[in-house]
Amino acid sequence: MTRATRAARTHPRVGPLAAVTGTEPALDVDALLDDPDHRIIVCCGAGGVGKTTTSAALALRAAERGRKVVVLTIDPARRLAQAMGIEALDNVPRPVPGVISARSQGDPLDPSSTGSTTGKPSGGSLDAMMLDMKRTFDEVVESQASAEKAAQILANPFYVAVSSSFAGTQEYMAMEKLGQLDQDARRTGRWDLIVVDTPPSRSALDFLDAPERLAGFLDGRFMRLLLAPAKGPARLMTAGFGLVTNALTRIIGAQVLRDMQTFVTAFDTLFGGFRQRAQRTFELLQADGTAFLVVAAPEPDALREAAYFVERLKEERMPLAGLVVNRASRPPEGDLSADRASAGVERLRAVGGTSPAAEMTAGLLRLHADRVRIVERETRLRRSFATSHPDVATAVLPALATDVHDLDGLRTIGDLLARSAGAGA
Amino acid sequence: MPPAPTSDWPAVQLHIVTGKGGTGKSTVAAALALAIASRGKTVLLCEVEGRQGIAQLFDVPPLPYEERRIAHGSGRAGGDVYALAIDPESAMMEYLAMYYRLGRAGKALDRFGVIEFATTIAPGVRDVLLTGKLYETANRNSRNKGARQYDAVVLDAPPTGRIAQFLNVNDELAGLAKMGPIKSQADTVTTLLRSRRTAVHLVTVLEEMPVQETADGVQQLHDAGLPVGGVVVNLVRPQDLDTEARTTLLRRTVDPAGVAEELGVARIDDGANLVASLLEEGHDHAQRRALEDEQRELVAGIGAPTYELPKLAAGIDLTGLYELAAELCEQGMA
Repeated sequence: MTRATRAARTHPRVGPLAAVTGTEPALDVDALLDDPDHRIIVCCGAGGVGKTTTSAALALRAAERGRKVVVLTIDPARRLAQAMGIEALDNVPRPVPGVISARSQGDPLDPSSTGSTTGKPSGGSLDAMMLDMKRTFDEVVESQASAEKAAQILANPFYVAVSSSFAGTQEYMAMEKLGQLDQDARRTGRWDLIVVDTPPSRSALDFLDAPERLAGFLDGRFMRLLLAPAKGPARLMTAGFGLVTNALTRIIGAQVLRDMQTFVTAFDTLFGGFRQRAQRTFELLQADGTAFLVVAAPEPDALREAAYFVERLKEERMPLAGLVVNRASRPPEGDLSADRASAGVERLRAVGGTSPAAEMTAGLLRLHADRVRIVERETRLRRSFATSHPDVATAVLPALATDVHDLDGLRTIGDLLARSAGAGA
Repeated sequence: MPPAPTSDWPAVQLHIVTGKGGTGKSTVAAALALAIASRGKTVLLCEVEGRQGIAQLFDVPPLPYEERRIAHGSGRAGGDVYALAIDPESAMMEYLAMYYRLGRAGKALDRFGVIEFATTIAPGVRDVLLTGKLYETANRNSRNKGARQYDAVVLDAPPTGRIAQFLNVNDELAGLAKMGPIKSQADTVTTLLRSRRTAVHLVTVLEEMPVQETADGVQQLHDAGLPVGGVVVNLVRPQDLDTEARTTLLRRTVDPAGVAEELGVARIDDGANLVASLLEEGHDHAQRRALEDEQRELVAGIGAPTYELPKLAAGIDLTGLYELAAELCEQGMA
């Protein structure tokens, strides 16, 4: 974690003074997907909360409502990837088979469905791709350097290591790919909506910091130090320089230092390019056409991470569309409280009935009590989020019994997302 | 707690706990540390991801780079649990101070951004520093004077998807440092990690993706020559209804009148609607249990000892952690 991130994370979580304990506004998913001004939707959140599935479901729903969509996924479950036709990791968007376009019949309530003034063919489409981090990095190098220099960089052991395992490379490359897709979309008109899944980082904030971190590294003091012998003015640092190189040679050995120096020298000319690209991506994320969706589960860790993220987006002036709470437990029907149900179980036990009906009833009451307590806890967690972030529109999705492996499963999620408008209370 | 059998892992000194995001690996690591301590051992619980998860679980202020006592194992003979949040920058400065006595050069390294470079950019170095510190806590030597000796060290490790890479420090460094002090440091660490003194436990829940990822993780650990420990199945639903009861619920052949009558005995007279909705909840539960059983079989097929921890309706607080620790003791994980 960079120092900057750490500072951001210790930022106090303060809500408006007028915050009322209560319910969050509902997130209108269809309005979000249908608005032609929204060109990019970024799904972010802690690991294990269903980001990939959520982004795929949103992309499919948008496509079937008439948008021309490309979805960039990071690490989809195998069967879902197969269903979407992207199990081959080739870094190129491919059409997803089986998308049904409702727009072909036209929607009388939606003027844009028949409007051909923009030259858009009616009917949506969905392309999908899975990120290949190393290849994306290689392509950037190839696009920035001469063929000879690129080959030299790609072969350097230090580059190989940085491009395949540097913590943050995946985040940075996801953002790089987003930038490329956006340029393609603008140039060719092939897509009018890009949905991006973010890497399963340790922290949901990592991908926001990654471009800056990489740019910071490429521009950092240490890189300048390694380049020092080649550059005149940097000689001013000489006092510390000998000390540092000596220490480094002792610790990491002369060979590593030489590899690093070769890498840095070769990379030097690309610095400007990288910085600019990182800067452009950051601006793209701040643009009006971008909407962030924070995905969470009704668990303390995931919601804490979501809270950090919401605050960070505000700080960076990045547009937040809302919060999706996945995997919520379904509230039971009726108003039998957990305490009454538990007391009932005690009474049954006191009476000592051992008939199947008695056992069944006691079991059902225990299950009910358990479920009510879980729902209460989840509601409390969500309320406390809503209290400190009262303006964040929220959609709550019930936990599904099975994982999603096909387009029908994604459609179900999409329907639930759209229907949850108003269910946040 | 009933008299607990002995631990399945008597020779293991370093317990590494991993798991897919959302499966509760930090909770399990904390419960395991408490469980080991309740057997009278002194335990160190470490985290390496900068999340301050331990502090949140034990409800203590954020942990510094310093071993702090945070809890006591249950029972009169219980030992202490200490905790340490390892961050790569501090580990590197400590390492340099311990082994190189760099003096002014150490400060210069920091000033020139070398520490930041090494800990955030240089591939593999970050992991070597983290596992290196872990090694040091498990093998206290004369360089760290007066340091506490631990009977066991429990690590809340990076997630399953990254665990083999994280522990396979040698491979990560290959091509970067073929010789020199970093290489020999990595070698020493690897020897411990691959020995019988180490066990890598995987936490999962009974859902498709996490179970698949656990099976993949076990395979990757095997391939890397790292010792696989147990599989902890976390967040298991209440096991209230037996197979027969669940079958009748699934077939919807439960007699509502019988349930209504028993509800009367329980003095819950909320009418027929309640009976119907309780049966619906029961049906839902039975359905999920059936799906869980499928996944449980897959977990059994992995071939590692398994342990099961319940989903606590109240969520995880200190009481919950002790409850889970007692479970782990009973089941022989600690």
